[in-house]
Amino acid sequence: MKGNSSSAKQLPDHVHYKDPSEPPIKKVPPKRKKRRRSQAFQEAMTGYFFLAPALILLGVFLLYPMGAAFYYSFTDFYILKPDDISFIGFENFTYIWQDAQFRQAFWNTVYFSVIVVPVQLAVALGLALLINKKLKFRVFFRTAFFSPVVMSLVVVSILWTFMYNPNEGLINQLLGLIGISPQPFLTSPDQAMNSIIVMSVWQGAGFQMMIFLAGLQNIPNHLYEAADIDGASNWQKFLHVTLPGLKNIALFIFITISIAAFKLLVQPMIMTQGGPLGSTKSLVYHIYETGFNYRDVGYASAMAVVFTLIVLTITIIQRVLIREERG
Amino acid sequence: MKRKKKIQRVVLYVSLILLTFIFLFPLVWMLVSSLKDEFQIFRDMKSLKAFLPPAPSEVEGGYFHNYIAAFQRVDLMKYILNSLIYTTGIIVFGLIVNSMAGYALARFRFPLAGFWLGVIIATLIIPPESIFLPLYVLVYDLGWVNTYTGLIVPFIANAFAIFLFRQFFLDFPKELEEAAKIDGCSQIGIFFRIIVPLSKPVFATVAIVLFINHWNDFLWPLVVASDESMRTIQIGLQYFMNEPPIKWGQVMAALTIATVPMLLIFAFLQRYYVQGLTHTGSKN
Repeated sequence: MKGNSSSAKQLPDHVHYKDPSEPPIKKVPPKRKKRRRSQAFQEAMTGYFFLAPALILLGVFLLYPMGAAFYYSFTDFYILKPDDISFIGFENFTYIWQDAQFRQAFWNTVYFSVIVVPVQLAVALGLALLINKKLKFRVFFRTAFFSPVVMSLVVVSILWTFMYNPNEGLINQLLGLIGISPQPFLTSPDQAMNSIIVMSVWQGAGFQMMIFLAGLQNIPNHLYEAADIDGASNWQKFLHVTLPGLKNIALFIFITISIAAFKLLVQPMIMTQGGPLGSTKSLVYHIYETGFNYRDVGYASAMAVVFTLIVLTITIIQRVLIREERG
Repeated sequence: MKRKKKIQRVVLYVSLILLTFIFLFPLVWMLVSSLKDEFQIFRDMKSLKAFLPPAPSEVEGGYFHNYIAAFQRVDLMKYILNSLIYTTGIIVFGLIVNSMAGYALARFRFPLAGFWLGVIIATLIIPPESIFLPLYVLVYDLGWVNTYTGLIVPFIANAFAIFLFRQFFLDFPKELEEAAKIDGCSQIGIFFRIIVPLSKPVFATVAIVLFINHWNDFLWPLVVASDESMRTIQIGLQYFMNEPPIKWGQVMAALTIATVPMLLIFAFLQRYYVQGLTHTGSKN
């Protein structure tokens, strides 16, 4: 309570500083000043009344589990023996580096992300540029490219598992029509991850295309007109007008795709169960299996902590890059 | 010059049509195959008939025989109902809780307001995948496993939604609220009677984002609603894929059923969805 009233004391100055149109403070009679103080207190109470439900829920169901994961990662917590929990220091973390499955899952995830991120970004941008012209049936084409987005990742994964079926699947039949021999797709350790990559780009690109389209429409037309007067070619216009105009949006999309890619889980879980030979086992999938199938919460939490640190690092590196680009 | 332009035009349209095929053929094949019997599906796959619906004379038991069979095989109705309860619960409570929080952060001065805003934005970086295990342990301890409460409550508060609401309310003209205050309206009254009715676009956007996220949600329902009677549609779909006999026609019918609500949302409300997301995109 005391804290509240002391900060409330500063309020009129603060208001004055922020909003110069406010009448000067000296004209305010002392009586009114007192009322303002209690008003500030009331405002704080109302503010917390509005904010509290969200804060409590985020605290209990997001921050607390976050802390719990950190705590578990230093213990041998095992779901079936919840009362027998003891502190084991960094044992889980040192084990991570010996765990061949973790290493494989890590590199699989990196491989997936390193390919999906640039390809999906390029496809989305390409589609947006194609569509952003005076075209017949423009809405039709846009809807077509966007349509995979309306299917859930689960639906898409199941659908493509049947399409990728090496014997009877649609894709091998279509490839046969143009004279390409049947491929093993998800059943081959060499092709499984690439098959998942193709599907993921196909599913996601239409969504980012829409965001790029909005960005393209925000580039003022007079910039293009000016470039025309200067006799710029289409390629020069793209390089010097379109690309700079899309920079912020492209960076935003870049971050979102990168993080989403690193969370790869649903596709391998449904399509391959991580196989064949662990070639599609992702980091999150490995954490899931360790925790929910083998009930080893301690070790799974340690991996979750490492996973979080990786995602944080990606985010921070990209944020820094963006700041440098902008500056 | 003119000829060159014409060729460019042709190339453009040919590539657009090719791309359309690439993006549409799985969807078309799914819809069309859901109407065929197993024999027709495999026979048609050898030609472009794979993308054409069956002739009425060919279908035994009506166009929707796979749909009827799918509903008879498992309790799809129950799964859909579970998904609807799950998404509706999150939308109703989520709109109230997150809009109030966004309003508090946009309008009121109170100690630590900036700090809380920072905390909420920081939680956006936490990957939900990394907390599922301890969250499950918590929900288990609360006795909420296999309940709607366990499905819904942990995901009511949503940092992204709070952020969207805050951005919207920041641009909201203050004069209306001040006028209402002079008329003696309470803060809560002002919010629910004046702000909410005038903020339909942002409420629609958040509702749609929440619906799409949670209708399609997989991991959380999988771990917390393991009981058959609690399954959501996304979890239930796997049955058709994994439990023999595997009937392709039924799989496609089930997939189509799971997609229909999303299709309706995008057909009628796409504007709000894309608007909301590009709005945050450009502001970040």
